[in-house]
Order: sequence, then C-alpha cells, then structure tokens
Amino acid sequence: MGSSFFYRRLASPLHATRAWVGALWIVSLTEAALILYHPLVLLALLLGVLGAGWGARVGARLSRSLRTALIVAAPIVLVNVLVSRQGLTVFARLGDLGPFGQGNLTLEALAYGGVIALKVALLILVTALAGLAVDPDELLRIFRRFSFRSALTATLATRMLPVLAADSQRLAEAQRTRPGGAPGGTRGKVALISAVVGGSLDRAMDVAATLEVRGFAGPPPARGSAVRPPRPSRLGFSARAGRTRAPRRAFSRHDLAFVASALAVLALATVGRLAGIASFDAYPRIEMALDPGTLVLCAALLTAVLLPFCDRRGIDP
Amino acid sequence: MSGALISFEQVTYHYPDAERPALQDVSVELHPGEFCLLAGLSGCGKSTLLRAACGLVPHFHGGRFAGRVEVAGLDTREHGPARLGAFAGALFQDPETQLVTSSVRAELSLALESRGEGASAVARGVEEVALALGIDALLDRSTHELSGGEQQRVALGAALAGRPRVVLLDEPTSQLDPVAGDELIGLLRRLNQEWETTIVLAEHRLERCLSAADRVIALDAGRVVCDGAPADFVGWASAHSPALQTPGAKLFAIAGLSPAPVGVRQARATLRANGLLPEPDDPAPQPQPSRRGRRRSAPQPALALDGVWHELRDGPAILRGASLELMAGETVALMGRNGAGKSTLLRHAAGLLRPTRGRIERAGRVALLLQNPGDYFIHEHVAQETSQRALAAAGLEQLARRHPRDLSGGERQRLALAIVTDGETPAVLALDEPTRGMDRSGKAELAQELRRRAGEGQAVIVATHDPEFAAACARRAVLLADGRVIADGPTAELLAGGWYFATETARILGGAGGALLPEQGAELLRRERPVQAVPA
Repeated sequence: MGSSFFYRRLASPLHATRAWVGALWIVSLTEAALILYHPLVLLALLLGVLGAGWGARVGARLSRSLRTALIVAAPIVLVNVLVSRQGLTVFARLGDLGPFGQGNLTLEALAYGGVIALKVALLILVTALAGLAVDPDELLRIFRRFSFRSALTATLATRMLPVLAADSQRLAEAQRTRPGGAPGGTRGKVALISAVVGGSLDRAMDVAATLEVRGFAGPPPARGSAVRPPRPSRLGFSARAGRTRAPRRAFSRHDLAFVASALAVLALATVGRLAGIASFDAYPRIEMALDPGTLVLCAALLTAVLLPFCDRRGIDP
Repeated sequence: MSGALISFEQVTYHYPDAERPALQDVSVELHPGEFCLLAGLSGCGKSTLLRAACGLVPHFHGGRFAGRVEVAGLDTREHGPARLGAFAGALFQDPETQLVTSSVRAELSLALESRGEGASAVARGVEEVALALGIDALLDRSTHELSGGEQQRVALGAALAGRPRVVLLDEPTSQLDPVAGDELIGLLRRLNQEWETTIVLAEHRLERCLSAADRVIALDAGRVVCDGAPADFVGWASAHSPALQTPGAKLFAIAGLSPAPVGVRQARATLRANGLLPEPDDPAPQPQPSRRGRRRSAPQPALALDGVWHELRDGPAILRGASLELMAGETVALMGRNGAGKSTLLRHAAGLLRPTRGRIERAGRVALLLQNPGDYFIHEHVAQETSQRALAAAGLEQLARRHPRDLSGGERQRLALAIVTDGETPAVLALDEPTRGMDRSGKAELAQELRRRAGEGQAVIVATHDPEFAAACARRAVLLADGRVIADGPTAELLAGGWYFATETARILGGAGGALLPEQGAELLRRERPVQAVPA
C-alpha cells in the first residue's frame, strides 16, 4: 500500500514527542552523518538509526527504505573508483584511456566512495525515519506563524501524496479487471498515465473546493481578528474564547529524553570532529584511527541514539 | 427577508459551456433550525443548489448566474465561500477529498486556524466538536487510515468546528453502511435539535431520513417542483413522481391505503389502526452461516471460496476463513458493515488478490466491476474503451464519440459494465457497490440488467449497502462480519427480520411473510385481509 510510506501515529516514544523535538533529534543525526567520516562511526550511526526504526515500530518500513538507499549508494562507489585519480594503492589497471589518462583503480578511491555511499544511505534512512515518525502537520503548524498559506500548501502536498498513491493503485487495479488485462504497449501506458494525471486534477479540484469552504481563500488570518458570526453559545463558552491564552504544553518525559539525546549526539559529533577523534583520511593512503577513542565514540553515539527508546511509558496514541 | 437564514430569489444558473441551466428560477427560503431534505433524481440540481448556498457557485465553478442568494444576510455574489464558511459548513459526497491534512486533530483545527482563532480557542473548539460527534478517540489518528464512515464523521466535524449556523450535506450517506448511515442521520437530527443548527441534506435514499426532516424540497430539471412538509411530499411523490416515492409510500399506494406514510412508525400506526398489521411470523429458520458441504451432490459451482483468509503483513486479517459457493444463474447480495471484508472477498473472487490461506475455484472468467466506474476510463472516446459489440449491447453506440468523463452517472456505470464483460461471457459477474450515488430509477434499471444476466446463466454477486436494491435483484443474501460469513440464506429470510439490514417494507410489516418489496407487501396485505382494505 502506498500509505505504508507515510506518517502514522503509532505507540512509540518517538511518535509521542512533540514534532519540533522529533525534528531536532533528526537534525542531530543528520549533522552527525554529515560531519563524521570514520566508517565505523558511520556504521554505528546506521545501526542506531535502524534500531531507532524498530524502537519506533517502523522497522519493517525502514528496512524497505534501506533497500532503496543501497540501490542509490552502490553506483556512488563505482563512479568514485572509476573517476577518482587519487590514491596510491592500485588494485586494477585499465590502461591508457586517451583524454582521461591512465585508468588506474585505487583502493583509496574505493574506500572513499564507500564512505560517501554510507553517508548517503544514512541520510536517506534518517529522512525516511523523519517521514515515518515525525508528524508533518504539527511541524508545519509551527511554520504557519511565519507564513500561513505556504505552510498549509506544504501540508496539503503531504496529504495529497497518499491520496494520489491510493488513486493510482485503484486505477491500476481497475485496468487489471479488463478482460484482456491492462492495455500494454507505449500507447496503453501513455493512456494510463494521462488517466492518472486527469484523475489527480479532478482530486485537486475537489480539494480546492473544500479549502474554499473552510476559509482558505479568505483574507489572511490575523491573531485576535477572527471573523466569526455573532452567536450566543449553548455549550457554555464564548465565541470570543480566542482571546484567552492557551496554557503552555508541558514537556513529556519523551520530549525531555529526545532533547537530551539530540544534544548528546550533536555534542559527540562536534567534539569528535574538532578533537580529531575517529579520524579518517582516504587520500593519499587510507588512514583510519582504530583507537579506544573511536570505539568509545561509536558506543556513545549508539547509546545516545537508542536510549530514549528504552522508556516506553505513556506512549499510547 | 423574513428571518430567513438562506434565501434564493429567482436564481438561474448555467455551468460553464452548459446549454441547459442547472438551476431555473429557484426561489426558496430556509429558516434557522430547519431540517430540510432535498429530493430529486440524479442531475436535478440538488448539488448545485447546495454549492450555491455555500458560495462555490458561482465563485469556484464560474458560469452564468442570475438572481440572488443571501446567506445570513450576505449576498453570495459579493462574498466568497471563505467568508460564507463562517455561517455555512459543507460536506460533500466523497469524504476522502474533504480531508486536507494528515491527522484528524489538524483537520478539525484547520477551519478555526484559517479564521485566525487563538490556540486556546482552536484546542477547545476541536475538543468540543470531537466530543459532540464521538470522534475523540480518533483525534491522533492519521486521516488516510480511517474507514469510510470515520472519514465522513471527521469531515463533518471539520465542517462543524467553526460552529456554522447551517450545514449543507450532499449525499453524505452514499458510502456508508446502513448502520453508519442511520448513525449519521441521528447525529444530524441531534445537532439540529440541540444546537438549532439548520440542516440542508441532499439524499437519494429518502426512506432513511424523511422521518427526521421538517421540510422537503423536490427539484426536477433545476426547478423546485415540491416544497412542503414530509407528509405533503410523500403525497405529492405518489401522485406526480413515482421515482421519488419511498418504499413505504409505494406499499400503501399499491395496497390502496392512505395517507402515504412518512416513516415506518407512521405506517405501522396506520396499519394497526385499520387492523391490517400482520402478526409477526413464527421465528424464521435461522440462515445458515455457510452453504459449504450442503451441495455435495449439486452441479459444479460457478465460484467456490473455501476457507479463504486474507491476512495483511504487519496488520489484521481482513478475511477469516470465508467460504461461499455460487451456482450458475444465481444472484447473491453480499452485505455487511464498512470494513467487513466485502470488497476484499470480491477481489479474491476475481483473482486480483491471492488468499494467504484457503482455496478458490472458478468455473470460468470472473468479471469484477469495482466501486468507481471512472477508474476504468483511460481513453479520449467511449468507442476506444471497449468493442463495438459491447457498446451496442449496453445501448451506448450513440455516445461513441463522447469523452467517457462527460457521461452521466448511469451511462458511466453501463460503460464500465460493458468494459468488464466484453469478450468471452463471464461465468461470474461481481459488482462492488454499484448503486453508490444512483437514484431509484437507475437502481431499478441495474437490477433488471443483473436479473437478465442471471437468466442467461451467469452467477451474479453484488456487494451492496442498500437493502432495497439487494431485495430487488437477489434471491440469496450473504451477511459478512469481521471477515466471516455469518449468515447465508434466501433474501426473504435474511432481509425480513433485521433492523439495519432490512427493507422498509419488511420493517413496516415486521418481517411478516418474508415480504421485502412494496409489491410483495401489498400482496400480503390483500391476502391477509382482503375485505378490510381501506380505499385511498
């Protein structure tokens, strides 16, 4: 089902945090993946993200994203080996390639390509985890304070994705029930695609009509200047309740745990990078620290990422 | 204006490029606290009238607009839907396209946030509307994982969150099972009575909501042809528009009784007063859970499902050992609540899905017509969609050059049926909710077509929420619940004794004699008390 790749509220500590905390935690993982280069550290982070996926009950869906990530990452290794002219340890000679010079494939280029591929795979997984476990509506609502329309348009786009995925699945299913099966050949495929596009335009019109009647096309909202019909309330609250202040939402144990985890990951990655712990250089020769400091950094990152998932109190949606 | 909340003054409206007006010289006034039902055949202008009342006509659809519509004193030519939305909430047919955000809470908040309400007022408004509609348990759910009934309730909640003074609803029960449909009508009645919210409801299955209404406006070709109390409407429909007659009114008309009843309660009271209420039968023999094993010596079935399971990976089981046999020439109505597994069962029958356990045997091709006929149309012209022979058989040759999306609802349904049944005659014809959004005459035509196909030897199975349609086309009914067949027997037994899965005639007559349709009910009344029948 198309919808299995989109956010669903599940009983997990990550789903139980407020969206900006989840986003902060995701940003910390992204920062660590970007600034650290040691393969062991990146593997520890990868393990941490996959473990977090299981902890957030989206492990199976994250595993499917891992497959996609590997498909994207594999060509990076290949291209780097073929293109890079750096490195001293040649493991294959392709001879003279004319304007491209000598085609010497080096172990260093292979290793560096592997590291970059690992980073890309990690970033894809982190993004997938964010999509699956951080509420996009709540996150976009934060941005509505700055630009209501833009944030709502982005919300609408996130909502339309599963709707359109379901529409195309339905259309494809209907074509399979034709006596001869779905029309084949280029013309058949073009007809099918144009039907999907046509259907999505119909959908867009329906959604636009709904937005109109919900007040989207009205004047931009200003705080405290709501347009409301003067109407006596029978429910015991005044139509002017908008003037009252909303009490601050208290931090939950999971909010605090993920903020702590995010700060710890940010600190470990930054300090590790600045202090030269877990150093890695691919060129001209592979130099990779395998000292206790590196191992401690790996363990600390893994612990910081996974620890918030151990507390499973109060996670029910 | 005489205290009217909505007033139409001589409104005539043409959609862009349309030759005929969708509304013609319409003048009506709707007052605060009214529960008004809009009746009429497909294409009569009900939806257009609702869209004019919320400002989508003409602001969103364009076209030519004459006359004047005022909502709470605001002229809709000067104020767009966004401004009118503060007074009029709208709920259209397809709930999926009316949910514009990813979570239920965000959906309910949207209208309030759009109007610039403060966080406290938004939170409070969401809480109140969720409690009022009984959807508080759904607040943290994603909108794309809700069932059809839940989506409809959430969409209604979103329309009500801004506490509008009038709610406009366009066939909101068309995708709901009888239980969810009745719940929704009850909910609207409660909103109307407790909050004095004006309700304007367009609906085809009038018997479902007529007794809840204070007033009925009937439209024909864009004109108001009847405007009165429900009792006046049923009398008018009996005399002038039989296609709008409720089954109860039709029963009384055939039996020569009067006055035409508005609902089951009034019909029973009239029958009782005239000594015509039949005594309830002895408890009917209980329908069997399955016919498996009873037909060992019978001929080869056209379709046989044997202990079919459909278990989702990381999810629930949709079918739990469903067993069913269909013989050639048999017409079966498959009924059950939303989510009972009807559509999944039909997909298995047609081979679109593979059972995780169990076995399916087919005597030949199974043609499946899915819920939305529009999903079959991928070409520019009707002629390209299927063979000339199939078009001729469906009576659509004269529309061959038209675009499939320009066809009417009934024509689309016929074209989709022609597509799936083209070529080799199918052994089994399966239809998934084919009467969605269809008026009574369209349903009668389809029922006749299905009976014809069954007469030619095809086995027909129809998943439907409409007991009247099931009774009209099927001899056998199967009730599915929680992925299992819980009852399987003659339609007259299964649909005569229930509350929700029962026709109006059966409810009026208390299931007596297994009468499901007005004609059968009238015959029963004549047979039981031939002398006492009260002339109309």
